[in-house]
Amino acid sequence: MNQLGFPILSLITYLPLLGAFVVATLRGDDEKVAGKARCVAFVFSLVVLVLGVYVWTQFNPAMAGYQFVEVMPWLSGINVEYRMGVDGISLFLIMLTLVLTPIAILAGHGIKTRVRSFFAAMLLLEAMTIGMFAATDFVLFYVFFEAVLLPMYLIIGVWGGEKRVYAAVKFFVFTLAGSLFMLLAVVWIWRHLGTTDIAVMTHSAIPANAQMWLFLAFLAAFGVKAAVWPLHTWLPDAYGEAPVPGTIMLAAVLSKMGAYGFLRFALPMLPQASITFEPLMFVLGVVAVIYISYVALAQTDMKRMIAYSSVAHMGVIIIGLFTFTVEGIEGALFQMLSHGIVIAGLFICAGIITARGETLSLKNLGGLAVNMPVFATALMFFTLANMGLPGTSGFIGEILVIVGALKVNFWVSLLGGAGMVLGVTYSLMLVRAVLFDKYTRPELAQLKDLTRREYAMLLPLAVLVMWLGVYPSSFTHAFDAPITAMVQAHIAALNPHTALAMVTAK
Amino acid sequence: MNNFYSLLPALFLGVGGMALLLLGVLAKKTDTTAGITSGAIVLLIMATAVNWVVPDALLFGGLLKTSLFTRYTDTLVYLGAIVALILSLDYNKREQIARFEYPILVLFAVLGMIVMISAADMMSLYIGFELQSLALYICAALARDSVRSTEAGLKYFVLGALASGLLLYGISLVYGFAGTTNFAALANVFQQGAGAGTIAGAVFVLVGLAFKISAAPFHMWAPDVYEGAPTSVTALFATAPKAAAMALLLSVMAGPFGHLTGQWEMLIQILAVLSMIIGALAAIGQSNIKRLLAYSSIGHMGYALMGLATGSVAGIQASLIYIAIYVVMSFGAFACVIAMRRNGQAVERISDLAGLAAEHPGFAFAFAVFMWSMAGIPPLAGFFSKLYVFYTAFNAGYDTLTIIAIITSVISAFYYLRVIKVMYFDKGTPGFDRASAGVSLVMALGAFAVIFFVAIPGPLMAMAGAAAKALMG
Repeated sequence: MNQLGFPILSLITYLPLLGAFVVATLRGDDEKVAGKARCVAFVFSLVVLVLGVYVWTQFNPAMAGYQFVEVMPWLSGINVEYRMGVDGISLFLIMLTLVLTPIAILAGHGIKTRVRSFFAAMLLLEAMTIGMFAATDFVLFYVFFEAVLLPMYLIIGVWGGEKRVYAAVKFFVFTLAGSLFMLLAVVWIWRHLGTTDIAVMTHSAIPANAQMWLFLAFLAAFGVKAAVWPLHTWLPDAYGEAPVPGTIMLAAVLSKMGAYGFLRFALPMLPQASITFEPLMFVLGVVAVIYISYVALAQTDMKRMIAYSSVAHMGVIIIGLFTFTVEGIEGALFQMLSHGIVIAGLFICAGIITARGETLSLKNLGGLAVNMPVFATALMFFTLANMGLPGTSGFIGEILVIVGALKVNFWVSLLGGAGMVLGVTYSLMLVRAVLFDKYTRPELAQLKDLTRREYAMLLPLAVLVMWLGVYPSSFTHAFDAPITAMVQAHIAALNPHTALAMVTAK
Repeated sequence: MNNFYSLLPALFLGVGGMALLLLGVLAKKTDTTAGITSGAIVLLIMATAVNWVVPDALLFGGLLKTSLFTRYTDTLVYLGAIVALILSLDYNKREQIARFEYPILVLFAVLGMIVMISAADMMSLYIGFELQSLALYICAALARDSVRSTEAGLKYFVLGALASGLLLYGISLVYGFAGTTNFAALANVFQQGAGAGTIAGAVFVLVGLAFKISAAPFHMWAPDVYEGAPTSVTALFATAPKAAAMALLLSVMAGPFGHLTGQWEMLIQILAVLSMIIGALAAIGQSNIKRLLAYSSIGHMGYALMGLATGSVAGIQASLIYIAIYVVMSFGAFACVIAMRRNGQAVERISDLAGLAAEHPGFAFAFAVFMWSMAGIPPLAGFFSKLYVFYTAFNAGYDTLTIIAIITSVISAFYYLRVIKVMYFDKGTPGFDRASAGVSLVMALGAFAVIFFVAIPGPLMAMAGAAAKALMG
């Protein structure tokens, strides 16, 4: 067992499941059940958040390996065990999920139909996402990775906007097709190494020619999830059509699953292939940053514009991951957290407008700053964070990635950095169109400023953005150990002699 | 080894079936259907229980052989039959086809399946095979006043007779060239290899059995029969006979023809690939839920055959796990189809399900669970059955086969997803009648098993492993 002598990770994973069950079995008339479902879901998500914070306090940042490890026999016949554990990489992604779920649940206030099912689905989504980040066995990881699809499919399809069915099916089929290739890759590695324990798989050598195919399979799975250009086409539809809480979870957490997959599997398990495909990934990343920024510039809908900005930021994360430098990877990881929080803030702002009965078409908005000063401040703040203003979380991630890229390739660094400039362009356009242009319609002057519930959603996010931006080391010091170990292992795998020299030099 | 206690389950069914028949005939005036159906269910449950305590035996001079393998597959057959009878209780009454003969026919069909699964000789195999087929032909035409049902019965009969003929012809060829019909003796003979005549015989046997499991390209009867037969009967067809025929295929291929793996391996692979492709592609255009499930079951047989194609203990184990999970998903899905009634009329179009999730959330959820599980989405049971099959096939070096299987499972996910889409996303008011308690129970238990298989997969896997070992020796 682990240092707590208690399966805390399983508890965090399955408690929301219990919550989903409780929510789904609530009885009574619709109005009351809706309120109760919201409350129960919120309470469950807060309880797991508290447990998550406890795990963070007990976490030992100096250790590179997995902590809070749980091992149990599972699929006995084929040698697969139930393994859970966290390291510095997954810890904060779990924390991100834990923080954002209660906020997304608060944002689900506008859901009026089939409320019980909605909150059950949200809790289910939380459970599966946490399980995925905490799984340290590949089969278990795969189970959670795919299971995330089920609640998300329903959330988009049932509670989404106009084209929800198209968006939901596209989302499902894209992701399923991608992940089945990953399944094939997993089974290949399983046959080759005879184990699915991620820790063992990471430290075993895989023949270089096979690595190429495996990498492509991983790219299919994680590339779709992370919306790497050109596999991103499901994303604007899904983000645009999903209800606000669903969009928050998709953009803030689910897109990180893809990047996490690259970081956890593709990079450490397939070092040779990662090097071979490095130029390709850089190109994809740079194209995402520059081309998608232009696409964002052309959007006429606020939600879709934010969605495209999210794809552009995923490009930065991909560039950071494939630099194979400590700075680059830490930057990418930091950017994952920061982007998750910032994008959630932006989508909540979009949700605030829709909650007041307005559409998100940029043509129909404008001048909101006059009557909604607090809202305007919040939107401005998250937009600035999104473009990476120093002092906010966005800056730290981007600067680290640029520094990491500079060590590897000047042009990648320059072009990737160009994204920051382009980001400023569409961000400012967005802010102008929503907040500062003249009223396009007189009804806009009637809109009320933030309610208390909306404060409760935005304030924690704003605090986190500042915390990440001003005092990043409270997060990065936990990344250092696992990422340094990963980069060293990577160098060692590529060049055994250098690695030996490094060890002796120590 | 002449331990006749091993026959107890079969005796229960045979003698009990006759007694129920007498009862039904004598009490002609009163409606005894419900009582006799319950009696049959009790008999089947008793047989299931006894099945696990009787000893292994080789009976009647090597005609029948019971082992852990037969016990495992018998249990699946019993399970399918019990559930089909529970589902028929209410459905047949509402459709006004509640005849007391139906449960008795099911009992005899099950008896036939038990005999053919335990067969250790081509002759007993054929007798069991015919007993179950004849009983099932009548079941298909149970709604004798309905054109569709009689057509289904006739179609099933004609094609089934063809399959029986092929099987018998194959058996005669094998007997002619090998000089025996006993499985063990055949296996001995084939140790030295086999000539073209024997191979031809084996191929005919394989074709005859492939008809019964409706593996492509011998699947043509399945969609029509599934659609035409009363749904309660279709629920039976999709479970018990499929499990029995698959078990028979496993035991024949691994038993008497076990040394000819090199010769039949390719055939099984072709069957598997064709079934998976046809199951995936042909189902896309279906608008009738029963036809959709028919094509889906063709596809599932393809995946189950992949395990056999490897010809190893692990492969047989994977196939056995697949069949077990398939039976559960299948009866669950058919329970949902049976619950589709509006104003006393059974409806079968997929579009009839529109808006179900808003009206009957529990029903829709259970149906969605079965569909997702059939599509192989984790964490549901259907994923694990596919995982085992893929894993063993890939491990045995059948890379192309596995890749085809993965591609077809993405394609088939699309039409399962469509059912869920209709239930959850489309607007509509299905206005379904209240499902009977039995149907709801089957739905709930099936969904429970499919969802929570992930938590305790061990027992089923271990049992399937032991059964596979018992078969391969």
